[in-house]
Amino acid sequence: MPADAIQFEPLAEDALLLRFGDRIEPVLNDRVHAAVAALRDLPSLECVPAYASVLLRFAPAAWQGDEAASAHQRVERAARIALETRHAPAGAGRIHEIPVCYGGPHGPDLHELAQHLGLSGTVVVARHVGVDYRVAMLGFAPGFPYLLGLDPTLAMPRRRDPRTRVPAGSVAIGGAQTGIYPAELPGGWHLIGRTPLRLFDADASEPSLLAAGDRVRFRAIDAEEFADLDAARHR
Amino acid sequence: MSVRVLKPGLLGTLQDRGRPGHAAIGVGRAGAMDLPAWRLANALVGNRGNEAALECTLLGPTLRFERATWIAITGAPIAARAGDTDLPTWTACWLPAGSVLQLGRMAAGCRSYLAVRGGFDVAAVLGSRSSDLHAGLGRALQTGDTLPVGNAASSAAPANHPHALPWRLDPRPWFDFAQTPLMLLPGSHHAQLDEVSRQALHTGTFRVASDSNRTASRLDGARLQLCAPLELISEATLPGTMQLPPSGQPIVLMAEAPVTGGYPRIGQLAAADLPRLAQRRPGDPVCFRRGTLEQAADRLRRREHALDALYRQIARRLQHDGLLPA
Repeated sequence: MPADAIQFEPLAEDALLLRFGDRIEPVLNDRVHAAVAALRDLPSLECVPAYASVLLRFAPAAWQGDEAASAHQRVERAARIALETRHAPAGAGRIHEIPVCYGGPHGPDLHELAQHLGLSGTVVVARHVGVDYRVAMLGFAPGFPYLLGLDPTLAMPRRRDPRTRVPAGSVAIGGAQTGIYPAELPGGWHLIGRTPLRLFDADASEPSLLAAGDRVRFRAIDAEEFADLDAARHR
Repeated sequence: MSVRVLKPGLLGTLQDRGRPGHAAIGVGRAGAMDLPAWRLANALVGNRGNEAALECTLLGPTLRFERATWIAITGAPIAARAGDTDLPTWTACWLPAGSVLQLGRMAAGCRSYLAVRGGFDVAAVLGSRSSDLHAGLGRALQTGDTLPVGNAASSAAPANHPHALPWRLDPRPWFDFAQTPLMLLPGSHHAQLDEVSRQALHTGTFRVASDSNRTASRLDGARLQLCAPLELISEATLPGTMQLPPSGQPIVLMAEAPVTGGYPRIGQLAAADLPRLAQRRPGDPVCFRRGTLEQAADRLRRREHALDALYRQIARRLQHDGLLPA
């Protein structure tokens, strides 16, 4: 990857932002995941991926050294070298199949969203399960995935009055994005379905089911299967 | 050993240095809002690691100590009593078994820290005992809670009544009584502020809004505007990041900052001034002066050196006083 096409912006005493662009585009987000793979082994550095940027948070004392270069200059130099010399395998990232019960009490906004788009609920569901998504980044709340790949015909502006409580597992559309609420949270996205899977468990060895760069495929299930899976999870 | 919560106070949470390394899965750092005060409270009771202390907000709790122990209170000046004895702050105090510690209102500032020898030993989540209310990890203190305390040897058991060391730290380097201006570095979208707003940001006085919390300090005052609206995508955010939401009310993200955000980033508070903003309560004035990253980094380095030096000095004195096993 040509490291000169990247903008390096110091954000704080211990933070440097690598920016690949300013749009939500799969090709930019692919570069983010490749960069994280190349940079993650640098010492005393935490990588935080977003749509088109990676934040590097470093321990200033560990990167200081001599007076000739600041910690930011040293981190930038190390990052440029890593990006030019280390290549992550293309298409890395696990694939997760996420069962979703669409509509009804689990997806209270499906009907309204379909009406707004001039589609039937069945078509909305077919288009939502019909593509693979990429986890562009996690944010908003622990384990909340921002997914890339939503069929543009399913985009709908966020609700004017956000809900104070969205149930955990709700699968939702907000603008041109789709995501899953990992816990009961406030939220302004349209709830089209719900998964019985647990997306975040702080006590697990891997707390987040999904990682940035992973791929996600939804599978439609009925209310009965939802109840079975939900019960199995709680056993 | 444990501590029983008789009254929770306004908002009490256990905090340590925080939870670094999990931002990529959406978990922020949290940790003490005033880290130097937290660290010095621990130092005063001989805790040498990342022990959790109690962060109190505006009004402190009432606690019963099951066993005798050493405690220390730092941060915002707060009234503290054990039985009918007034306790000093910024020093270590011995509490006999069964003591009821009453922390009152803060005379100034917003957050006081109560450290106990051995640290509050609740289960760590993702490597930290810090509560992160924004992320739903841990929770605030409630009446009836029992807080476990870690085991730590203390060689001196001086009396069967509450009792403070004969010396205390000078709080002035660590608590901003004068509420002087805070250093602000220009953020990514600072240049897009209109002229009037830029003036207002650097010369005006803001006040901490009443809906401020551990996630953000919201600033009442001049409404700021961009020359033209910006269409931004979410990027990582940090404690100290000053964002400008559409309302025009600037907000400074604090310890429980969300890990990403899409609002214009108009400034970044110098890290050395984060604890000072954390100590401004609703209604307190906030002014900013412009600084550079080099100046901010230099101030942070000097503060850390001073803190390290004081930390070592405290450890030597405690050893001399016989509070720490040699």
